[in-house]
Amino acid sequence: MNEPRPRIAVVTFPGSNDDRDALLALERLGADGIAVWHGEERLPEVAAVVLPGGFSYGDYLRCGAIARFSPAMRAVSEFAAEGGLVLGICNGFQILCEGGLLPGTLRPNASLSFICRDVELRVERVDTPFTALCSQGQRLTIPIKHGEGCWFAGEELVGELESRGQIVLRYEENPNGSVADVAAIVNEHRNVMGLMPHPEHAVDPLIGSDDGAVILGSLVAAARGQAPAFV
Amino acid sequence: MKATVLVRPKPGILDPQGEAVESSLRQLGFSVGEARVGRVVDLELDAADETAARAEVERMCEQLLTNPLIESYEIELA
Repeated sequence: MNEPRPRIAVVTFPGSNDDRDALLALERLGADGIAVWHGEERLPEVAAVVLPGGFSYGDYLRCGAIARFSPAMRAVSEFAAEGGLVLGICNGFQILCEGGLLPGTLRPNASLSFICRDVELRVERVDTPFTALCSQGQRLTIPIKHGEGCWFAGEELVGELESRGQIVLRYEENPNGSVADVAAIVNEHRNVMGLMPHPEHAVDPLIGSDDGAVILGSLVAAARGQAPAFV
Repeated sequence: MKATVLVRPKPGILDPQGEAVESSLRQLGFSVGEARVGRVVDLELDAADETAARAEVERMCEQLLTNPLIESYEIELA
């Protein structure tokens, strides 16, 4: 395979713990993963950014509420505003919601339990850079591991997101009480996606499932087709 | 000047923490209706007067201390 390897940044915040898995998964799927520390005010030359899972800043105040103000997040916001591809996984999703890059917010699971297990997801939209390699209605088995994954938005907002096709993945069986079974959403311009499940933990059948590879593989393919951007 | 910010989950927003507290209180034999759990933030401020202090704390609430989508706040100054 001699396809060009796009450069994809993975931002590490204090308390991130899935950054290395994300870098490893991206490498395996044909990208060059570039580790970026949250204190960096500028992003290196990359075609996409991944905000990994974890517990940035100890989840103090609200999950993602502090991380959104880190210097790297200012650069990521500008990168996204210029159309750059940004994927937030779990805590990354929470940061994107707190930062206003994605609609809604993540709340404590309805059960109040931390849930760590495989869940089945349904692909609702394939017209995003994050799901282009999926088929419509495809079922994916990908693990979740979160205490605050209950996505919430008001009825009106959910209706708008639905009509604009921004709900990308849904749980087959809702594990956390999220409104409308939402597991992943994109922004209106479809260049920013957040999801609670962890595709980076599902890229090798040896550990149960490689269904996450279609999500991250879609991102790598999209990044390959996109000119690198400077912020 | 000191400010106290009371942050509450907005009415109608699912509050699983409040529900857990409510059922625990009932198990202890207390007769309670709905319980909701919020957060208290105590701040020491260097503000000229109450109006300025209130305005500043409001900005803090909008930018960081609360998520306006799901939380309401009340400011007490002393």
